[in-house]
Amino acid sequence: MRLIILEDADIVADWAARFVLQRVTQFKPGPGRHFVLGLPTGGTPLGMYRKLIQFYKEGRISFKYVTTFNMDEYVGLARDHPESYHYYMWNEFFKHVDIEPGNAHVLDGNAPDLVAECQRFEDLIKQAGGVQLFVGGELPSETWTGYIASGGASCTHKYIAIRQQRTYKRVTCNVFAGIGPDGHIAFNEPGSSLASRTRVKTLAYDTLEANKRFFGNDISKVPRQALTVGVATVMDAKEVMILITGVHKALALSKAVEEGVNHMWTVSAFQQHAQTLFVCDEAATLELRVKTVKGKLYLQSLMEEHNKLIEDKR
Amino acid sequence: MKPKSILTRFYNCRILRDGKIIKEDLWIRDGKIANPEQVFYVEQLEADLSVNCKDFLIAPGFIDIQINGGMGVDFSYDSENVEEGINKVAKELITHGVTSFCPTMVTSDEEKYHKILPRIIKRQGGQHGATVLGVHLEGPFINNVIIVTLAPELDGAMEAIRGLTSLGIKVALGHSSASLAEGEKAVENGANLITHLFNAMLPFHHRDPGLVGLLASTTNKQVYYGIISDGIHTHPAALRIASRTNKDGDDAVAAQGLADGRYRIGPQAVSVEHGRAYVAGTDTLCGSTAALDACVHTFRQSIAASLHPARALGIADRKGNLHFGCDADFVILHPSTLKVQSTWIAGECVYRNTVAE
Repeated sequence: MRLIILEDADIVADWAARFVLQRVTQFKPGPGRHFVLGLPTGGTPLGMYRKLIQFYKEGRISFKYVTTFNMDEYVGLARDHPESYHYYMWNEFFKHVDIEPGNAHVLDGNAPDLVAECQRFEDLIKQAGGVQLFVGGELPSETWTGYIASGGASCTHKYIAIRQQRTYKRVTCNVFAGIGPDGHIAFNEPGSSLASRTRVKTLAYDTLEANKRFFGNDISKVPRQALTVGVATVMDAKEVMILITGVHKALALSKAVEEGVNHMWTVSAFQQHAQTLFVCDEAATLELRVKTVKGKLYLQSLMEEHNKLIEDKR
Repeated sequence: MKPKSILTRFYNCRILRDGKIIKEDLWIRDGKIANPEQVFYVEQLEADLSVNCKDFLIAPGFIDIQINGGMGVDFSYDSENVEEGINKVAKELITHGVTSFCPTMVTSDEEKYHKILPRIIKRQGGQHGATVLGVHLEGPFINNVIIVTLAPELDGAMEAIRGLTSLGIKVALGHSSASLAEGEKAVENGANLITHLFNAMLPFHHRDPGLVGLLASTTNKQVYYGIISDGIHTHPAALRIASRTNKDGDDAVAAQGLADGRYRIGPQAVSVEHGRAYVAGTDTLCGSTAALDACVHTFRQSIAASLHPARALGIADRKGNLHFGCDADFVILHPSTLKVQSTWIAGECVYRNTVAE
């Protein structure tokens, strides 16, 4: 496991985008040879998408031969609802790049048979030859009040600035709003099996409560279920990159990397993945032990190595 | 004619949608505005054609609901060459970004109506010129008619308004000495337009503001108005009064300089205070010295030349805006001068300003 600590959320987004750029270009995708990419939604990924769009416009990357799989989607929410992940992906990424519509897979939360839809998704991943790189949305939680109140450093403001440009904001799964996120990946809330595959999940009441402000403060309008890839689905990817930013993710990060594998912090499962990167900002490291952060282990000696990962070798 | 189902994407453009200018692609297919999100996820199709707009602006095509003629043509008098006259004007209008219009007849003798009216046919626009939405009559009578202007104080006016509106014909008020009360009664009965506001009606009086008072009337129906904004028939200050009092009401201001049939003014002369840049296309409000944001401001006002008249005619579900499913009638404007670069009707390019490029 690699832990990459960067100054702020913007730099995390930039680094992540460069990493995707390198992985895709090194793979040399072409007809019959697609790079398979797993994708998240959310705040930090938003910055990554904007960078990737920029790279695309500069002609540095093409998505013509990239196949994507998104992690999750609400059940029963209209595809073009501003809170849906279809909407997010279309507006923040797909419409700006040259990805072919048939290669962009997002779970259909309106499918008549949701179980079949989940199976179809798993099958599609298999048919595509498995995921090369799964980008894990930061433990999806946007605890705004908590985040701002905790007064994160200057980086916080930049992060918020990105978010505020959006007409919508989303809370994916804010189970412990105001206290801190619970360190889960996609909609694999605490207690999800670490062997889980793509499936229907019923959301915790607290999640609905936290999300209702995006649905006109009407809890009855908040989707009660979601489709999500399982922990094991992500574990099957050749490589996993998890983006974690913000003070409110600090506890989750420490649980994810410093303690044991535990289904109450589902992201900790990736300790057992052969090729996982945690890319985080300094704010997210506040709960980590000093030894982890300041020890020679990471920042000083390894950062040089880490940055080789995103070097443009052309 | 384009073959069916060619999916075209205009990119690198800013478009006017919901009163805002947004950086967004415009997709069209089968003469309609397409929803690219649906095309992507559901149909899983890519664009067949991509058009780089080089940062130009796209606005809905302009709709001119009162045009009495132009290019030496007068719709009310030339009863011999009606079709020829319509064609000539329709062709000229597209060079100014006008995609639909209502040929307008002023009050004439009965014989003229019989001769001319049947020959002004509603028709779809294209290379031959702008769409003919129907006749606007500044006076009585029905075939192919879409708007009738009448004076509400006349006997039987209210019955006429109810009758006409029940036939789907819009009623405009004008050529009138009506009081405000009469005007409001007409609005309650279904009238929703004022023809060349301020002209051919009683001047504003504070004890009875007359039809002008409809601008600030407490009737909760939106009343639209046309205005002759050539700076002669209406002082620019009067124009501003109208616009500020009732900002959602002004429509195709531009072409109303042709009222009363006395004029033989080509559309290029129909310059107005705002809206001028889009319709006249020359000596524009936003010359090269004007700041871009001023132009953007003006650009937004082109709603007055597209959405408002469409609403006045009750056709805003298909014309006057760039919503998905609407007719792909639009105009591409230069980002700083706002000159018309090209005009599109039902997804087909019907005019291209080759000089400007």
